[in-house]
Amino acid sequence: MDLEKLQQQLMAAAKAAVPNDHVPYAFEKRIMERLTAPLTVDVWALWGNWLWRAVTPCASVMAVLGIWVVVTMHNEPEPQNLEQAIENTIMSGDDVAGE
Amino acid sequence: MEPSDTELIAAVRKGDVSQFEPLIARYQPRVFATARRYARREDEVQDIVQEVFIKAFQKLDSFRAEAPFEHWLMRMTVRTCYDFLRSHQRNRETTLTDLSDPEVDWLERFAASPEDNANNTDATKALIDRVMAQLSPEARLVITLLEIEDRSVKEIAQLTGWSVPLVKVRAFRARAQMKKILETLTREKYL
Repeated sequence: MDLEKLQQQLMAAAKAAVPNDHVPYAFEKRIMERLTAPLTVDVWALWGNWLWRAVTPCASVMAVLGIWVVVTMHNEPEPQNLEQAIENTIMSGDDVAGE
Repeated sequence: MEPSDTELIAAVRKGDVSQFEPLIARYQPRVFATARRYARREDEVQDIVQEVFIKAFQKLDSFRAEAPFEHWLMRMTVRTCYDFLRSHQRNRETTLTDLSDPEVDWLERFAASPEDNANNTDATKALIDRVMAQLSPEARLVITLLEIEDRSVKEIAQLTGWSVPLVKVRAFRARAQMKKILETLTREKYL
């Protein structure tokens, strides 16, 4: 079968079949009703929208603070053993009070 | 004398929403005709038209009167129809195997004598609908605009927002896709 010819005939028929431009009765009124209807606000959708918008700034602040903490952290020597670590932890309160 | 599009648009922009109604009444037949090229069910057609006019109302501030309102509205219509095709592409379940009797008759007559088979518009239209339903949204849009509506590549680029080279590439692919569909359609019985 000549597919090229078939395609041409189908396209010619499609061209000849002009689509109907009939409009349902008072369709413009229906659209106007939609446009002028009082706006109902979905509070939860609005809240959700705000939360999504807040994600990026919050994540940015968190990242900046994280980097700042890592950069400014004091490099204290690692305790030798568990006993030493516990003692350091308990005594650190006294150091702070003494200052 | 009826107010012009520019006067109506200016009135709507000033806050007189009711002046949008004559604009809808003026252009809805054209929008309906365009939507009927892409959607078959009447409720889908009405949804498309409604969406077009709601979008037009919401974006009226972005309308620059450099080109006629009709062109701006038709761009919006074509893009809404394309969105419709994309959102409904999973529903393209029309199979090529279960052709109706008039469609089979038409194809048989075509196979017998390709030159004398221009009649029986119902069967031809059913076949076209079947083939078009199998095309991808891009291919369907470009075939409709280029082959059926006889628009130029430049016009299609303006209507769709695609670049001219992209329209050409999509037109080439669309024709290839259509040829493949026709091959599948006719393979079993006629090749």
